[in-house]
Amino acid sequence: MSDLGGGFREEFSQVQVKDKAPRFRIAALAGIALAAILFQVYVPRFIGQLSYLELPLLVTVYFSLMRSSPVAGLLYGACVGLAQDSLADNPLGMFGIVKTLVGYFAATASQRFNIENPGIRLVLSFFFFFFHQFFYWVLERALLGQSLDFELQRTLVIAVLNALVALPLFHILDKLKVG
Amino acid sequence: MEAILNRYRNLTVLLAVVAVQLGLLGYQVKGNGEVRLIRVWAVGAVTPLARVIEAGQSNIAGFFRDYFLLIGVRRENQRLKDDLDRVRMENQELRTELSTADRARALAIFQERSPSKTIAARVIGNTTGVSAKVVIIDRGTSSGVRKGMAVITPNGIVGKVTGAFPTASYVLLVTDPSFAAGVLSQQNRVHGTLKGQGNGTLIVDYVQNEQKVNAGEWFFTAGDDRIFPKGLPVGRVTLVRQGATRKELFVAPSGLGDGLEEVLVVVEGVHAEIPEIATAEQPVQLQEPPPAAPEIAPLRDGSPATDADRLVDRYRRIGEIEKHEYGGHGGRAPNFNVTVEPRAADAQPSPPAPGTKQAPEKQAAPEKQ
Repeated sequence: MSDLGGGFREEFSQVQVKDKAPRFRIAALAGIALAAILFQVYVPRFIGQLSYLELPLLVTVYFSLMRSSPVAGLLYGACVGLAQDSLADNPLGMFGIVKTLVGYFAATASQRFNIENPGIRLVLSFFFFFFHQFFYWVLERALLGQSLDFELQRTLVIAVLNALVALPLFHILDKLKVG
Repeated sequence: MEAILNRYRNLTVLLAVVAVQLGLLGYQVKGNGEVRLIRVWAVGAVTPLARVIEAGQSNIAGFFRDYFLLIGVRRENQRLKDDLDRVRMENQELRTELSTADRARALAIFQERSPSKTIAARVIGNTTGVSAKVVIIDRGTSSGVRKGMAVITPNGIVGKVTGAFPTASYVLLVTDPSFAAGVLSQQNRVHGTLKGQGNGTLIVDYVQNEQKVNAGEWFFTAGDDRIFPKGLPVGRVTLVRQGATRKELFVAPSGLGDGLEEVLVVVEGVHAEIPEIATAEQPVQLQEPPPAAPEIAPLRDGSPATDADRLVDRYRRIGEIEKHEYGGHGGRAPNFNVTVEPRAADAQPSPPAPGTKQAPEKQAAPEKQ
């Protein structure tokens, strides 16, 4: 009986989460991802100080958190990452793998935290940026054989900056919810 | 197996997606394979947008850059205009100072060389009369200036003192209609009376029509008016006309040339000679004759030395044979083809001078005697 009750609560909670998950238009999902990638490609040419912004990652984190679906999150992360790879000077899949993991874990985390809380958003953004950078560094060393140093202090500072940018960005993206 | 996959659906999809990308990575890394098609598509899809962004950015940035540049240019232009005005003012002041210094130096030199005793004065103003040509100088009776003294510059006479006060004096300019002074022309020593006309031109009156005065001739003070010592330049004749009984002579005053600032008051006048000008009676120095030619062919008595001499001799002998007088009236032309016996002296012609050439006789033209 207790198992039955636990299973019921679990199923109910999942349904409740699915029902509460906001929805976005496909065009908005694709357009924002593309805009984020293009922003990263072109804007730092004119304003060099903005090169630290990892907008594709923040967009991936946001939509994965909002959808609360690990599969949707990892697929969205994979698409964004591969698109980013196609315009980057590295082998296809580097950003794809990292953002796939980010999307998956962000969607998973959204099932455990109140993602509407700005503090939670700030911490998650900081964490996933750090995770993204660290795992990308690991992949560079492991798969590409590049012996690069991991600049911990710099990465932490940039992670804080990205987290600070993520708050207003997420607030703006909240306006795109359709359901 | 299927149950496990369903239970761990999310993790399975994750692993599958990561595995696919790992495979893609491995293909690229191991086989050095380039996924060119995807990159071409990506770049091809992004390039038009990039061009639009680039063009927009370029135009917008250019607009704002030009806008702010124009703001800067306007400020810069204003600053440069201010600088230019300031520099022009300074330049004008320096020019004025330089001109003043030059005039003062010229005045001092003239003052030293002039036989008359003079004192320098500065023109400090004009009188209030509309038609009167009177200026005020900063020297008066305390400096030794007296009424009736002559006022001059190195270029010529200026006027005379008509009123002397302790610290200033009035100077009646030569252009005033009431001004008069005796003058003498430089070239023909023609006497006359200089009079002002109220404008920039003077006239010399009382010069008879028979007397010769040329335009451009200089007039000097004659020294017979007890004001101006003899020998001071007055001006140059600009126009000479025959009048009813007397000539009409117009003279441009030389002492009022480029404004009037510094003058000399003649305290003790000393007559001087009117400077002479170069005339036709003056001795002319001739140049030394040019040096003789280094090599001249020796002449023999009675024999032509050059081709021209031989040609003239031939024509002369043809004239004798044909009984033709060159330059005479009537008669027919001589036959220049007649054979002329050579002279005995020409049987052994002298060697031609260096650079000369024996020309054929038929090519030469007859010369008038």
